[in-house]
Amino acid sequence: MAKIITMTSGKGGVGKTTSSAAFGTGLALRGFKTCIIDFDVGLRNLDLIMGCERRVVFDFINVINGEARLSQALIKDKRVENLYILPTSQTRDKDALTQEGVGKILDELKKEFDYILCDSPAGIEKGALMALYWADHAIIVTNPEVSSVRDSDRILGVIQAKSRRAEQGLEPVKEHLLVTRYDPDRVEKGEMLKVEDVLEILAIPLLGIIPESPAVLKASNVGMPVVLDDKSNAGQAYGDAVGRFLGETIEHRFIKPEKKGFLDRLLRRTA
Amino acid sequence: MSLLDLFRKSKPPTVAAQAKERLQIVLAHERSGRDSPDFLPALQQELLAVIKKYVNIDDDKVAVKLERESGCSMLEVNVELPVPAKRGAAGTPATVN
Repeated sequence: MAKIITMTSGKGGVGKTTSSAAFGTGLALRGFKTCIIDFDVGLRNLDLIMGCERRVVFDFINVINGEARLSQALIKDKRVENLYILPTSQTRDKDALTQEGVGKILDELKKEFDYILCDSPAGIEKGALMALYWADHAIIVTNPEVSSVRDSDRILGVIQAKSRRAEQGLEPVKEHLLVTRYDPDRVEKGEMLKVEDVLEILAIPLLGIIPESPAVLKASNVGMPVVLDDKSNAGQAYGDAVGRFLGETIEHRFIKPEKKGFLDRLLRRTA
Repeated sequence: MSLLDLFRKSKPPTVAAQAKERLQIVLAHERSGRDSPDFLPALQQELLAVIKKYVNIDDDKVAVKLERESGCSMLEVNVELPVPAKRGAAGTPATVN
């Protein structure tokens, strides 16, 4: 049975699109037929992060309005088998999304895909509500920083009140926490919230910790999901998160400062 | 951490610890408001208007809270009345000689 996953956060700029691209690609790498949908109508960016911006002809809104068929709007990834992107419109606004319209497209996608990953816009307005309404799973992307944690808590409240599963009294949406831009050095110095603190406050299961990494910007520059950079710690951390989502037990990595050599430590002490 | 740290007494809380504490406080407040039904603010306004007909009270002296426990909900209305003014004090009609 196909599952709908929503990548959301409340706050903007925490890494939803980066995470959608990496997580969706990770699912496809493991053999699951996956479609990533951009819900950020008017501020399309998933296409750029996935490197398919020049192949967009029709979009999600065209399909909702019956101006194009789903098969015309879906873009097949050139690197990874089983991976498709459904871009959104750059010219329309969030009002182009309707609950029934989105539901119809998702039903159609469910027949063909194993996972449908909805990349939510920031905020708690219509676009974000449409992205989370049909969700079976929600991945909450959170930075270890006060405003991000507060907004994550807020969006969790919205999921628990306004999703289809909440409205119909079904089994609740499964919530997962993805902490991004984690800097173990700053955590050690007491400058940044520990992942344990974020977990204690939000009280949802931890899916993964993505370390702050230059690899993320590098990957986005060239339109490559960072999970494909399997030499980078961020890429590996996304791969681990996908494994955990699929039920594997994988220890969290990259959460302690990298070990410094004896000479480094000696120099730091005397500095 | 330097060698000197070993000789210092207890350190002040880190900024991360302050962040956690501030979050816990603000979220406890926001979560308690989240579950309250939409009609509470309107109910509070109307109750206030009725009470004001009889007693002169400030706008912030009525607190309406809904608490849910297993099986029942409890509507709690707290009205803080002003201290009755003493006889002969300013504002009340004094006896005229």
